Amino acid sequence: MTATTHKPQSADFAGGGVTLAGLAPWLIAVAFLLVMPFIFTSNSAITIMNQMAITIIFALSYNMLLGQGGMLSFGHAVYMGVGGFVCVHVMNWDGFFSGLPLPVLPIFGGLFGMGLALIVGSFSTRRAGTVFAMISLGVGELIAACSVIIVVFFGGEEGVSGDRTYGLPVFGIEFLQQIEVYYLIVFWLVLSALGMFLFSRTPVGRMANAVRDNPERAEFLGYSARWVRFYSFVAAGFFAGSAGGLFAINYEILTEENLNLATSGTILLVTFLGGVGFFFGPIIGAIVFTLLQTVLSLQTELWALYVGALFVATVMFFPGGLAGVIMMHVPPLVLGKLHLLVKPYIKVLVPGLVCILATAGFIEILFHARHAALGDDEMTLYWVTFSHLNPLPWIVTGGLAVGGFWLARRHAPELAEAWHEANTDRRASA
Amino acid sequence: MRKTTGIGLSAVMATLLAAGTASADTIKIAFIDPLSGPFASTGTNGLHQYEFAAETLVNEKGGVLDGDTFEIVAFDNKTSPKESLVQLQVAIDQGIRYVVQGNSSGVAHALTDAIEKHNRRNPDDRVLFLNYSAVDPALTNENCNFWHFRFDANADIKMDALTDVIAEQDDITKVYVIGQDYSFGKAVSSAATSFLGEKRPDIEIVGNELHPIGKVKDFTPYSRKIVSSGADAVITGNWGADMLNLGKSVIDNGFDGPIYTYYAAADGITAAFGESGKDRLRLVTEGQTNPPPNDRAAAYIEAFKAKYPDGNMSQTRITNVIEMLAKAINEAGTATDVVAVGEALEGMEHESMWGGTLYMRPEDHQLIQDVLITVHTNEGIDYDLDNSDYGQRMEHRIEMAGMDSPTTCKMRRP
Amino acid sequence: MDLVLVNLIDGLVTGLLLFMLSAGLTLIFSMMGVLNFAHASFYMLGAYFAYQISVYLGFWMGLLVAPLIVGALGAGVERYGLRRVHQYGHVPELIFTFGLALLIEEVVQFIWGKDQIPYEIPGILEGAAFAIAGNTIPLYKVFMIFLSLAIFGGLLFVLTKTRVGMIIQAALSYPRTVEALGHNVPLVFMGVFGVGTALAGVAGVIAGPVLSTFPGMAVVLGSIVFVTIVIGGLGSLGGALVASLIIGWMTTFAKAYDMRMEDLLTWMGLTKPEPIWDSAWQDLWTLTSPQVADILPYLLMVLILIFRPYGLFGKRDV
Repeated sequence: MTATTHKPQSADFAGGGVTLAGLAPWLIAVAFLLVMPFIFTSNSAITIMNQMAITIIFALSYNMLLGQGGMLSFGHAVYMGVGGFVCVHVMNWDGFFSGLPLPVLPIFGGLFGMGLALIVGSFSTRRAGTVFAMISLGVGELIAACSVIIVVFFGGEEGVSGDRTYGLPVFGIEFLQQIEVYYLIVFWLVLSALGMFLFSRTPVGRMANAVRDNPERAEFLGYSARWVRFYSFVAAGFFAGSAGGLFAINYEILTEENLNLATSGTILLVTFLGGVGFFFGPIIGAIVFTLLQTVLSLQTELWALYVGALFVATVMFFPGGLAGVIMMHVPPLVLGKLHLLVKPYIKVLVPGLVCILATAGFIEILFHARHAALGDDEMTLYWVTFSHLNPLPWIVTGGLAVGGFWLARRHAPELAEAWHEANTDRRASA
Repeated sequence: MRKTTGIGLSAVMATLLAAGTASADTIKIAFIDPLSGPFASTGTNGLHQYEFAAETLVNEKGGVLDGDTFEIVAFDNKTSPKESLVQLQVAIDQGIRYVVQGNSSGVAHALTDAIEKHNRRNPDDRVLFLNYSAVDPALTNENCNFWHFRFDANADIKMDALTDVIAEQDDITKVYVIGQDYSFGKAVSSAATSFLGEKRPDIEIVGNELHPIGKVKDFTPYSRKIVSSGADAVITGNWGADMLNLGKSVIDNGFDGPIYTYYAAADGITAAFGESGKDRLRLVTEGQTNPPPNDRAAAYIEAFKAKYPDGNMSQTRITNVIEMLAKAINEAGTATDVVAVGEALEGMEHESMWGGTLYMRPEDHQLIQDVLITVHTNEGIDYDLDNSDYGQRMEHRIEMAGMDSPTTCKMRRP
Repeated sequence: MDLVLVNLIDGLVTGLLLFMLSAGLTLIFSMMGVLNFAHASFYMLGAYFAYQISVYLGFWMGLLVAPLIVGALGAGVERYGLRRVHQYGHVPELIFTFGLALLIEEVVQFIWGKDQIPYEIPGILEGAAFAIAGNTIPLYKVFMIFLSLAIFGGLLFVLTKTRVGMIIQAALSYPRTVEALGHNVPLVFMGVFGVGTALAGVAGVIAGPVLSTFPGMAVVLGSIVFVTIVIGGLGSLGGALVASLIIGWMTTFAKAYDMRMEDLLTWMGLTKPEPIWDSAWQDLWTLTSPQVADILPYLLMVLILIFRPYGLFGKRDV
């Protein structure tokens, strides 16, 4: 898979100017990834970035199914998990691993993830829609349940752990430190993202979109919808498996958690949050979700409540996800009318943000009042320490929430008007 | 696309970094346990007990060394091994040198393994792992290391004590062993069969089985088997909802013998069993609260309940962790050199607030302590659990349980 | 032999409880094409509401009122949530209910805390109804059986004998034609969603005291409900009933009898490797039926989907 990715790229270079614009986001992204560790030097920041990068690959792989192929899977975690377990077992295979450079390891995860996808895909991709979704749920549940039954391979509850440093050193690097692992993961991230992007540009990738939108017409054109789905599924299995390999390298342990339905559900959430309609959607989703999960949970116990609310709000109001919101601004940008939106945006978003923050604050005070220890009425919220017995914080947050909502609501028509105006091409109508 | 989110990222990371400077006069202890998700109540209650212990047992008494105080820093691991490792890294970056964790042996395995690797790779900022609850025997046997100290009696030691008590009861001739299908459940099952076979060969194990962990909705079929096997007693290692549902189902379906178990108290379970579990549930545990062993313990529980009326003094070993750590830091004369603190902990003897002597066995870092068998009842209860009037009253005390228990640990010291 | 009878009764209770959940879900699914992932969350809400009401007004008021509140809440979700998302297609609808399930769990934890709550069987239904060879059948289980049968009867009556039932039945088989005939399909949708979730609420009210009421109770039952309706065949109430009973009995008997893989393998002429804990096949040899009882329905579902994608009794493709 990875070998083929280079060819079209060089062909694009030969194509000239048009592709240079297409290449720019990639170059910026790579430069950005390389510089990141110099800005955030702490190990925990690098750990979070590693997790982010792995989630990005996994989410992109998931989007090959959901976004590009129209296949809703509730069991994608098993391909990543199985790939990861294989990689840990390779790590523990002394004689073999000591002669293997660590950066090659994810290939094994990819191949086994692909192998599993070959088996499952052979029967699950015959139909799309609900049948596919339910089979993925069933298979996911079966394999997750096997993880505590087949202890030899999955290690039961405590999982299987290995040590990445026993591999063959690459240019003297033994991957002792997080930063070394970061660059290894970045290398794979760029490679996989490019691979998946180019896959979406191959005939099979294009046909996957066609099959997603209208399988009957695709069949009439002479394409077997089933095989198109199958190829996408197998490719997604490969990338999920290699993400599992990276997980094995980063955490050096795999457990039942890597296979279960909660993980499969989370990646659906991540992908949808980012936006399934665009290639870069899952990337944004993975970054935002990882930050919410690791950083927000340090700040509040109620993080899952906020994430759940965010998710439901996204589905209801922005089905295109965050990427969809960003891409909505391209037409005004092209028309050169983006500036028209700035003022209405400030008028709506600032009160809106105040409303959201104040509501969250109100919920936090309520939560503290209900669940904190007796006598422990002190709490700190937005850098202010106060007692929840004092009515003032309740009034302030409640008032701000209502006021913010009212203001945002009041300016909303103005924004809608400006939005309409910014998207209207006068030259075309004239 | 990545740039815009990068700005938000930098703001967030900056706050992370800002928190990363450890001040000289507080000794931070990372508490890595679930604070959200299904086990959050156990984790939150444990956190309160740590905060209370650090405040009353160390800080109010002038701290350690020359006035350094303890600070408990909470990290939510959501009972996930992966998330635990992320939080461990954050804790280490904040300059924290002591990690406490207890819920789930799976997480403990992940942490002890990660800490061992971290300490090997980063000799400058090593950390100690004080495990206060994870009782999988492997942690102080084949998977032991110098950085891990266990303050709870492990599953084998507890089973040894429990079977001592069962062996004395002549009316028990048939025993049913049931547990969750994972490492701890299996450890309980194999320990029960081997100890009973040794101490009371006449006892027949009429059933020995494992059920999927956390997946069983209705325990009725299992209860039927237990009842129809004619068992006089049930031994189980179940915890959480699995314990409650199994216990209730067994009692509802007509079993009238005792249920011997590890974890069937507090966190809503005592309240949920209430009258139905009276004199039926027997726990193997440590830390005597009913009757309180001395005035100091009684005053301590009362002060805790005054501060946390909804809380439970359910994990008394937490005070042992805090007191012994403080003592070790004082003995070592440093809080930053964890090797010296670890060496001071090895072989330490300490008088527990809950009665009896504690001894940190140097061979495997397993704390040897008195193990109790308690009964779920509402009679003679000074300090109830879940404010339900029911609590655990001590019936037997096995002093220095498992002092000569074997270990396969080959400790490698730095 | 006596134990078989006892297990049949236990399996019946499990099956009927499952049916009460799957009946509502299969109606919703076949009408609106929505896999309502939050269905089990409404079951959980039923238990929690009933507990809260029973604290003040007793169990029976809880049984009466809680399902109504759950149904109203369900109708509200359809009216203000699903209907909005409907325009984007089926996948966002499904994802919406998925997110809703997460959100409901968090909200329940926020209000009632993370511990199990003491929701108890009413005093009048405590104790044993009768005993078969020393195995007592609790009175409450008998009550559960009769209540679910009554609900099934009522549902059957409404669906076959009333005008509303006719419209719903027609919509099950030919949703588009019904719309074309000028019926207010959105209203029917809202009604069906409300009734379906109310049924889940009833199941929660009566299952709460025996299966325990805690924030994870929805997750425990969540996916098995889908499995039931897929096995039974979509849109088929009878299929849902049969599948529920099959699953109830299958899991009960698999747990009640220790069928061991070892016996099967020996029967096939294989010899057990000794010592077993060194063998790579140890897990296969030591496998017993109670270990796998709860995943058997998933296996059955995957097999059915491969070989008969419209389920046991369904007429339409899944």
